[in-house]
Amino acid sequence: MNDAIVYRSRMPFAIKIEPRMSVPRWLGPVVNIAAVVVALLLGMVILAVVGGDPFATYAHIAQSAFGDRYVFSDTLVKATPLILVGLGCSLAFRMKLWNIGAEGQLYIGALCASACVLTGFITPATPQVLALALMMAAGMLGGALWGLVPGFLKARLGLNEIIITLMMNYIALALVNFFVFAVWSEGGFAQSKTFPRNAWLPRASEYAATFDFLSGLTTHWGIVIALVAVVIMWYVISRSRWGYEIRLTGDNPRAANYAGMPIVRNTILVMMVSGALAGLAGMSEISGVVHRLQGTISPGYGFTGIIIAWLSKLNPFAVVLSSILFGGLILAGREIQPSGIPRLIQGMILFMLIASDVLLRYRVRIVRTR
Amino acid sequence: MTDAGTPAAAVRMQGIVKEFPGVIANDHVDFELRAGEIHALLGENGAGKSTLMTVLAGLYKPEAGNIAIHGKPVQFGSPRDAMNSGIGMIHQHFTLISTQTVTENILLGLDVPGFLIRLREYDQTMLELGRKFGMAISPSAKIWQLSVGEQQRVEILKMLYRGVDILIMDEPTAVLAPQEISGLIATLRSMAADGKSIVFISHKLNEVMSVADRVTVLRQGKVTAAGMPVKQTSIPELARLMVGRSVTFAVDKPVKTPGAVLLELKDVCANNDKGLPALKDVTLQVRAGEIVGVAGVSGNGQSELAEVITGLRGTTGGTITSGNHQLANKSARVAIESGVAHVPEDRSRVGTAPNLSITDNLIMKAYRQAPLANGWSLNYGLARKNAQELKKNYAILAPTIETSVRLLSGGNIQRTILARELSGKPAILIAMQPTRGLDVGAIEGVQQLLLQQRSADAAVLLSSEELDELIALSDRIVVMYEGRIVGEVSQPSEKDIEQIGLWMTGGAHE
Ligand SMILES: Nc1ncnc2c1ncn2[C@@H]1O[C@H](COP(=O)(O)OP(=O)(O)OP(=O)(O)O)[C@@H](O)[C@H]1O
Ligand SMILES: [Mg+2]
Repeated sequence: MNDAIVYRSRMPFAIKIEPRMSVPRWLGPVVNIAAVVVALLLGMVILAVVGGDPFATYAHIAQSAFGDRYVFSDTLVKATPLILVGLGCSLAFRMKLWNIGAEGQLYIGALCASACVLTGFITPATPQVLALALMMAAGMLGGALWGLVPGFLKARLGLNEIIITLMMNYIALALVNFFVFAVWSEGGFAQSKTFPRNAWLPRASEYAATFDFLSGLTTHWGIVIALVAVVIMWYVISRSRWGYEIRLTGDNPRAANYAGMPIVRNTILVMMVSGALAGLAGMSEISGVVHRLQGTISPGYGFTGIIIAWLSKLNPFAVVLSSILFGGLILAGREIQPSGIPRLIQGMILFMLIASDVLLRYRVRIVRTR
Repeated sequence: MTDAGTPAAAVRMQGIVKEFPGVIANDHVDFELRAGEIHALLGENGAGKSTLMTVLAGLYKPEAGNIAIHGKPVQFGSPRDAMNSGIGMIHQHFTLISTQTVTENILLGLDVPGFLIRLREYDQTMLELGRKFGMAISPSAKIWQLSVGEQQRVEILKMLYRGVDILIMDEPTAVLAPQEISGLIATLRSMAADGKSIVFISHKLNEVMSVADRVTVLRQGKVTAAGMPVKQTSIPELARLMVGRSVTFAVDKPVKTPGAVLLELKDVCANNDKGLPALKDVTLQVRAGEIVGVAGVSGNGQSELAEVITGLRGTTGGTITSGNHQLANKSARVAIESGVAHVPEDRSRVGTAPNLSITDNLIMKAYRQAPLANGWSLNYGLARKNAQELKKNYAILAPTIETSVRLLSGGNIQRTILARELSGKPAILIAMQPTRGLDVGAIEGVQQLLLQQRSADAAVLLSSEELDELIALSDRIVVMYEGRIVGEVSQPSEKDIEQIGLWMTGGAHE
């Protein structure tokens, strides 16, 4: 039992922080929502200070992210990789494996998926379903490999996975750059040639002939894949035996060892699955959005995924909601000048979330000191 | 505020109410501690002892009730307030910083040494303070070098140095070896003689009878005996007050001829965590329907013995067989699947996942096999149904089966582990200190459970620091000293205690 900490001041009150013995069920979500609200309010203050009109700005952000079905569809496009990466991070975090290498895993996934097309393995004559399935498999395999390395080093040699995953992000980026500049460069630009149509994840607008309301929408099949992944992840975490092992190991590795659980194997597997989901996000971006391999695929989806996992308290369904919120913010970033504002809000949300964790673990009270 | 000439009590708590979701831990409790007395606080597991004292130490705020210290009403907002009133509490798990020295730990958090620290001078102060109360310490030793008993002395010194005159100790003897217990008791006596008042929580009734002046008993959050002088009571009466029925201390062990050898160790050697030999050529057999007791001062290889059998530690030589299974240098999983159940010594750090629910903790061993396992999935519906039953059968006191194990009292955590390990109908049971920290009623229950395993023809290896318990339950006792089995008695009885004690301390063995 830890002692309470009391911060005294010259004022007639003191701030008292004592450890919470139990957390009421409702407190988690409430604190989370409050953190987002506080971050948004602080954003308003900053906007006002620098001379902007906070209300107009927020209204504009909301308008350009959720205003009509066209922009909402664009928001979903941004949310798609976020959901996949957020799921991957939350799985790893469950086992207290701090995988912050999703960005690199995403890039390697994209690289491997494009390799299927750019090496000529998939030709314009390959049936679309087969082509896409191959690309998905390759993307997941690439991401899994990028997760396997830190997973193995952590499990076998006890190396710190935070540093390794972080460093491997840079390697992944450099590797992708090498390929787009040196191997598959199209006319000297940092991008490959456009993929043939059968390597594209179909967009909603392609079904406009049958379903009228889909016309003009950019959302692609990636969102469906992401939602399927959400359901599978929910099953794995809360219904499967493997998920049970992960939860128990995350809570007390010594107890897991005592119960005969394969900790080494699970560490490696979890890092691989986490990487595979990020790799799938990379595949979905190149096949559903840019349709080619290029040096810039992601505006930091891999890092935003960390915030999303945190914000959703590792709950797969909450990952969807958080991803849509952040997808909207990213989208709005292109509409708003200066474009840093949504990034600022994002950063502030993460900051508030981490800070608010104190409220979950401790009871903070202001007490009068006579 | 003194009534009729009697000096005000050091502590007077009146009508204390403290509720947690689903339980009233303290239900209008009155408690009085006189200056210069040692006052024992007794009660079943979960009776609310720790809670009451945590309120007194300023960590919990009670929903109702008031507290007066030396006749002066107080309201504590924090442990620091309580400390300022001279109250200090030593929890069962210590809060020392292991890489710092004794003196540094004692001074930690105080403003005393100011900016310039001359630790040498303080070393001398600590040494003298220790000597005054009969505690030998080495002030410049680092905490990690100390035994549990020595660490406890540092905690006591820390309190004394802060000028505490009301000291609360939560189950201080549960972690101590017998010699250390007598040292602690001597220290407490000299502190009481010095005018300090001491609250002493314990489950060991004989200890309470010999140390305490008065005793207060709690049952289910209510007081059943308030400040009763120990001279006017007896162990059976205290036991009855605690559990609300009379407790038979005699263990009724039916006569039984042991069956086939279920567990066999031959010349087993193993190292401890530091890589030094901890088991040296241990040879041991346990038969079906037999309880073999392992006696020994803690740290003589008992923990390592349990770990090599349960697959948690590798061996450096010898064989361990159970039927036709080889257990040496295999995994915990192999041991579990060969029918070895294990009640670990460290229940919260090894035996449970504290933030998971009771249900999740109960399926730790069985989740791999049908019917809980169903292909890839886990049948949580069945797990919950089993958990309800186990909670009832093993009398696990908790609001629901979804409660986190972290929130249970020590005794109820132990019951959760026992429920899990015994419900799997093990062929071999390795029980390490299974009654440590349990109340008399619960101890009786656990002993019954061990005997039931014996009747069900399980091979039981039991390690306990309570010699009486070992003698009452075991069909055979082996004594461990420095990693070896140095002696063995069959059908042990009271008259063997002396010989066992001699072996335990490394006395010559014939
Ligand atoms: N922080 C908490 N949150 C919820 N319930 C709690 C909390 N602390 C204690 N309890 C419950 O209050 C009751 C009293 O617990 P307490 O720890 O005071 O028992 P105890 O008498 O010290 O038992 P033991 O001898 O097992 O240590 C128990 O039912 C316990 O589960
Ligand atoms: Mg207690």
